[in-house]
Amino acid sequence: MSGQPLLKVRGVETYYGNIRALNGVDVEVNQGEIACLIGANGAGKSTLMMTICGSPQARTGQVIFDGRDITRMPTHEIARLRIAQSPEGRRIFPRMTVYENLQMGASLDNLKYFDEDVKRIFKLFPRLEERQSQRGGTLSGGEQQMLSIGRALMARPKLLLLDEPSLGLAPLIVKQIFEAIKELNKTEGLTVFLVEQNAFAALRLSDRAYVMVNGHVTMQGSGKELLANPEVRAAYLEGGRH
Amino acid sequence: MADNNAASVRADDSLFQKGIKEGLFAGAISFGMFLLYIGIVTEQNIHNELVYRFRWGLLAAFVIIAAVGRFLIVTVVQPWVAARKANAKPAVEEKGFFSKNFLKIALVFLVFYPILAVTLAGTQGSLKYVDNFGIQILIYVMLAWGLNIVVGLAGLLDLGYVAFYAVGAYSYALLSSYFGLSFWLLLPISGILAALWGMILGFPVLRLRGDYLAIVTLAFGEIIRLVLINWTDVTKGTFGISSIPKATLFGIKFDASKEGFAALFGLAPSSAYYKIFLFYLILALCLLTAYVTIRLRRMPIGRAWEALREDEIACRALGINTVTTKLTAFATGAMFGGFAGSFFAARQGFVSPDSFIFMESAIILAIVVLGGMGSLTGIAIAAVAMIGGTELLREMEFLKHIFGDDFTPELYRMLLFGAAMVLVMLFKPRGFVGSREPTAFLKERKNVSSSFTKEGHG
Repeated sequence: MSGQPLLKVRGVETYYGNIRALNGVDVEVNQGEIACLIGANGAGKSTLMMTICGSPQARTGQVIFDGRDITRMPTHEIARLRIAQSPEGRRIFPRMTVYENLQMGASLDNLKYFDEDVKRIFKLFPRLEERQSQRGGTLSGGEQQMLSIGRALMARPKLLLLDEPSLGLAPLIVKQIFEAIKELNKTEGLTVFLVEQNAFAALRLSDRAYVMVNGHVTMQGSGKELLANPEVRAAYLEGGRH
Repeated sequence: MADNNAASVRADDSLFQKGIKEGLFAGAISFGMFLLYIGIVTEQNIHNELVYRFRWGLLAAFVIIAAVGRFLIVTVVQPWVAARKANAKPAVEEKGFFSKNFLKIALVFLVFYPILAVTLAGTQGSLKYVDNFGIQILIYVMLAWGLNIVVGLAGLLDLGYVAFYAVGAYSYALLSSYFGLSFWLLLPISGILAALWGMILGFPVLRLRGDYLAIVTLAFGEIIRLVLINWTDVTKGTFGISSIPKATLFGIKFDASKEGFAALFGLAPSSAYYKIFLFYLILALCLLTAYVTIRLRRMPIGRAWEALREDEIACRALGINTVTTKLTAFATGAMFGGFAGSFFAARQGFVSPDSFIFMESAIILAIVVLGGMGSLTGIAIAAVAMIGGTELLREMEFLKHIFGDDFTPELYRMLLFGAAMVLVMLFKPRGFVGSREPTAFLKERKNVSSSFTKEGHG
């Protein structure tokens, strides 16, 4: 599955004003793999995700995507390199229809592959097809998450960043969404970088995993390794299941 | 059966009693409230002393209006609303012929409106209808549609829109009086200049949103006005620029000369022809604005504007350059303001900074909000109601018999705006036409969509 490193984050430090949110983070994601980052609230997971997208930009360190240094690039140009993001809180366009939301996702190619891609998305998430002329804001949380991922996929990404896709969703929907991610990875070889609090589901899915605490990456390994790691189990798995 | 009747009579009785009670209460409160504000008026007498005088009649009128109004609300309106809520119709409603073809009917009416006015009121009598009502309303329709691009589509709250109107008006006024350029050349130039100023405003405010943006645009509007007032060498300050050349129709002038329009077509000289010409001109400009808006909404840039209104961060993550998107929104909106401005200058023949005060921006914005942000139809209806209503107030001379000779109804136009605002926000919080029309469908529209797409609160 894995190949060349597609995304390399090297010694990144990100600040909000004077507060250091990321403290020398090193992360690598290889071509064609699912990588995940787990950690508690406020560990800096979403900040890392946003830093990769250039908002906020890293103060020191480097973000390298596909051999290019993207550390100082503006967000929209990073997106044009085919890094698509399903941001935290989904951020779909609430007054626009599902169909229009997907159109917005295909802005990069000016709708060139739209018809073909929209069929793919509807096959992946049949619920979206049923709801295509409904406004984004009237969808349920799970449907909104599907739309957010679908919209990101419309950009034909090389790297898909998913920020807490399971946030606030029913377990059944979470399962559906994780299955969809797995399928995308298998059938299309899509590289996925996933940030999750739902450590169990995320680790089971991942080829490579990182644990983040207070702006540091404290542990890394394959998903299976971390699942078996007693520290990880104590902190993120069993603690949550008692 | 009898029991039922008795019960309903009793209910009516108690409703009536409640109405009387609440009416008297409202009367008492309004008496207390208005006693000092309306009951007593201070005046300067001949010796320059301040004296006061009671206005019992006027006070009584206000108290009676309050009491009767409350009585009617309690006995008629509230039961009616309750009854309507109880037998609320299902959401799917068959549209009538009128509402289906509303736009076509409105357009046909507008095309024939001047002809209708001339037939009914005579050439000279049509002036009032074509000029005061027709042109005046259409100018505001155009301005509101222009502002709609900035506020309604791109979601950038602009309180200084009148600045672009002013730029357009002064561009035409100055360039035509100093260089003698023609209206048809200056119309696009004014638009381009206004668009340029739109970009100049756009740059510094790119990082601002919401309230902060509103304040800066407000200041920008004031800066333009103050420059117009103080740059007396060029703009003649508060005196304004007068005798601005009129627009021409393929080189035909609208004056009393031998080559003038009336003489050429063998008609009796009248200023009405110029106004009718202007009516069709502003109608064409309005249609252009609407056409461009509708087209743009279906194009990538229009979609980007709407997405920007919804969520700026998501836009950037999708690879949309928010800087150019915002600037084009400001520039496009400003351009239509500029067109309207140069038209305004050609119509009035006179411009002064007084025409471009903040209140104008507020009125235009109020029309956009009342109409429903983003909806062209709603905004047009709001403009007709608001500007037409203002003009109607001028006609209400009979009110002088009630409120005394020094009563000037048109001073109450802001009251009209306030009342309309409160009513619309109470009953239709998203404006007359609050629903957003989607711009794209997969194949054809599904029937379920209309009932499902009702807006939630949020």
